[in-house]
Amino acid sequence: MLQGVLVYGLVNSAVLVLLALGFGLTFGVAGISNFAHGSLYILAGYLAWACAHVLRLPSALGAAVAVAGSAAFGALLYRVALLRVRGQALSEVMVTFGVSLVILELFRFLGLVGFGYTLPAFVEGTVQIGETSLDVQRLLIVLLAAGLVGLLWLFTHHTRMGLAFRGIAQNEDTALSLGIDADRAATWSVAFGSGLAAVAALAVLPLGTIAPEGGYDVMLQALAVSIVGGLGSTVGIVLASVLIGFAQTLTATYLETHWMILVSLIAILVVLVVKPSGLLGRQKQLEERI
Amino acid sequence: MVASRRKERIDRGVKARSDDLYALASWREMLYVAGPRLAPAALALALPLVLPPYWQKVLLSVCAYGLLAMSWGFLQAAGLISLGQALFFGVGAYLAGAAAHFWKWGPALTIPLGALGGAAVCTLILLPVLRLRGHYFAMVTLVLPLMLVRLIEATRILGGTEGITGIPSLPSGLGEPYLAVVVTLAVLFALRRLLASDHGLVLQAMRDNDRAVMRAGHNLYALKAQALFLAGLAGCFSGAFMTHAYMFVGMPAFALDYSIMPIAAGVVGGPGTVAGPALGALILVPLSEALRALGSLRIVFYGLFLVVFAVALPEGIFPFLVRKYQQRERWIEVDR
Amino acid sequence: MSAPILEVRGLSRDFGGVRALDHVSLSLQPGESLGVIGPNGSGKTTLVNLVTGYVRPSEGEVLFKGRRITGAPPYRVARLGVGRTFQMARPFHHLPAFKNLVVPLTSPRVRGLRGGRFGDRDAAAIDLLEDVGFERDSAVPYRPASVLPHGYVKRLELAQCLALQPELLILDELFSGLSLAEVAGVVPIIEKLQAEGRAIVMVEHRLRELFRIVDRVVVLNFGQVIADGTPAQVMEKREVRSAYLGTEEDG
Repeated sequence: MLQGVLVYGLVNSAVLVLLALGFGLTFGVAGISNFAHGSLYILAGYLAWACAHVLRLPSALGAAVAVAGSAAFGALLYRVALLRVRGQALSEVMVTFGVSLVILELFRFLGLVGFGYTLPAFVEGTVQIGETSLDVQRLLIVLLAAGLVGLLWLFTHHTRMGLAFRGIAQNEDTALSLGIDADRAATWSVAFGSGLAAVAALAVLPLGTIAPEGGYDVMLQALAVSIVGGLGSTVGIVLASVLIGFAQTLTATYLETHWMILVSLIAILVVLVVKPSGLLGRQKQLEERI
Repeated sequence: MVASRRKERIDRGVKARSDDLYALASWREMLYVAGPRLAPAALALALPLVLPPYWQKVLLSVCAYGLLAMSWGFLQAAGLISLGQALFFGVGAYLAGAAAHFWKWGPALTIPLGALGGAAVCTLILLPVLRLRGHYFAMVTLVLPLMLVRLIEATRILGGTEGITGIPSLPSGLGEPYLAVVVTLAVLFALRRLLASDHGLVLQAMRDNDRAVMRAGHNLYALKAQALFLAGLAGCFSGAFMTHAYMFVGMPAFALDYSIMPIAAGVVGGPGTVAGPALGALILVPLSEALRALGSLRIVFYGLFLVVFAVALPEGIFPFLVRKYQQRERWIEVDR
Repeated sequence: MSAPILEVRGLSRDFGGVRALDHVSLSLQPGESLGVIGPNGSGKTTLVNLVTGYVRPSEGEVLFKGRRITGAPPYRVARLGVGRTFQMARPFHHLPAFKNLVVPLTSPRVRGLRGGRFGDRDAAAIDLLEDVGFERDSAVPYRPASVLPHGYVKRLELAQCLALQPELLILDELFSGLSLAEVAGVVPIIEKLQAEGRAIVMVEHRLRELFRIVDRVVVLNFGQVIADGTPAQVMEKREVRSAYLGTEEDG
């Protein structure tokens, strides 16, 4: 039992990391809360599905199309809509929230639900870890999450664009004066975030079916993790994912599956009361009080 | 001497004198100022008398969504962007429903309890978020109603998935629609009045520059909590009222519809104002009723509204109408 | 010597491992005017933010009229009578210029000073705007703050601070971005405040204009006080010259 909790807790945490990573990246760099994150996840799922079942493309190619499509959509969203309303908090929120509604409710209207709407696992089969059996897909999810966090770290610390990202995240005015194009970096950050939503979809959706309602769920999980971990902090996302992930698995094992959602709710409420900016909320340069 | 004519704006002269004192010269000027306020109020008060039963129900919906939308607009004027008006609606609805079901209270007690208690609960829950700037408020308000639904589903409290049925209805006949209409109008005029006052000006200033409001010696945190409570009052009343109108409260009280429709109404009508969102609800709710056959495609349209208005018409309809009204001209005789 | 109106003792602040302000001590007598100068990044604005409560100090104390205000929230510091301007003047865009002043005029501090019911705040706002050089009979005071030219925005910022009737004014780069003529218009306002006996701290880059106004100057470099004295005394110091002009003079 304990071993099972450890293994599945880890898997659950990895899923949460995947769901929240893209949202966190976009927020950290561009300061945009992409409320369309969950809908891009679903969009990518249906894209991959359409590639496999309508166009009959090989699944690797379908996956590439889904990721590229989602990233392109994100970039387009920034260039066409968000760029015009930068700095107007209300309009920024309305654009991403509106797009999210359009995508999810359009899919709901089209009625694309049912057991046929699934994505294939990367590799079929199960592995035995001690006395717990685990399907390979879940194992891959853990590896993928770890790999992505590592890649993200390398990217932000050792590449030109990554350093530009960090520069803008820290101080946009100074970054501008050093010749970093903030709009370009923001475009890329929204595209990357959207791409990461697609990667999460490809990895996590094979565990269930694709359904528009899932988009709201993904948004919920991503927001919960980000709020608890602290917006804009990748380490915070990982820490919050592990905390919430294990607590959820423990709840599901020893109490009831239904109660899992309580974990996120309690985590959010506790964090808001104890440390409103999240566990590792990035210290602002000026911690101006409100 | 030749008499000729030129055009003059009607509000010239009227405006200077009527900003807060209605020291007006003639009946026409009085009408010019009071007309846009009295006419909609009179219309709203007449509607319950003339509407057929089905549209009576729609009128209740307009009031319920109108209250949520005004609450949204008021919050937005104070710089708080809410994505979860369903939180107010649901908390008010469940409080009133639970009081009616478990304590057997009548609507005369449950509705005030739902409104006041609900506003207090929502303010308490959201209090810590007020310390944070930026999009935090939007995020937390989006998340909370979605989670509270699951909470009720999981713990099976308050009727669980079944909800609570058999809640006493409001007195039949004209009592129900008139309660809705009168409260909606009262909230409309009260919030407008508040925003136009000096205190309301301070609330609106928070949206532009919160540091400068602090610099003036205002306690930002207390002001925001106050705005939140007032917005909660309107939103929770809406929920408590509809619980009795439906004679039922259940998980749909936290549904996304109660968040999306007020936001759409607010953005279309004129964010940052109170009358704008009310106007938005007056347009969108009946439209939504007429287009019922389209199902979830309606929400797709709301989503599109949000994007289009946010990018192209961030001002909304109401401020546009106000400007057009003030720019109206009349011919006057000029002696030459 | 009377009791200082403002006293700062060993004030320090770290931002993520970088020490922005390092054990700064200074004091200000009632009615005195103090200039704070130093190169960019020397901690001037951090000092202002620490004194006015916008940032919490890592170490040290701030006393206003002998009363500890270390770590007090900004609104409480403001209510005690410390007014400040921001380097980046951002008016309330949605409001007309004169309504911008209704915000500070509604402050609990002003209500306390004037006692009882306040008369017409709009009229008081227009009077204040005239004091800082807005033309009373023109349309300017009624224009939305979002369309005001920079010089007016800066003076509106000053007026917002004055509306509080502060005993201590902290002006953060009030002159930046103003033309010589505009500065010449603002200087008499400050001189009038001095004549009224208010204490003033001015953070400035424009030394020539500053030195004509203030009695004393404190020079910051890398978060530390490197000089404190009259303008003439301070500019004699080699450290000050090298901090301002680079290290070429060291040789």
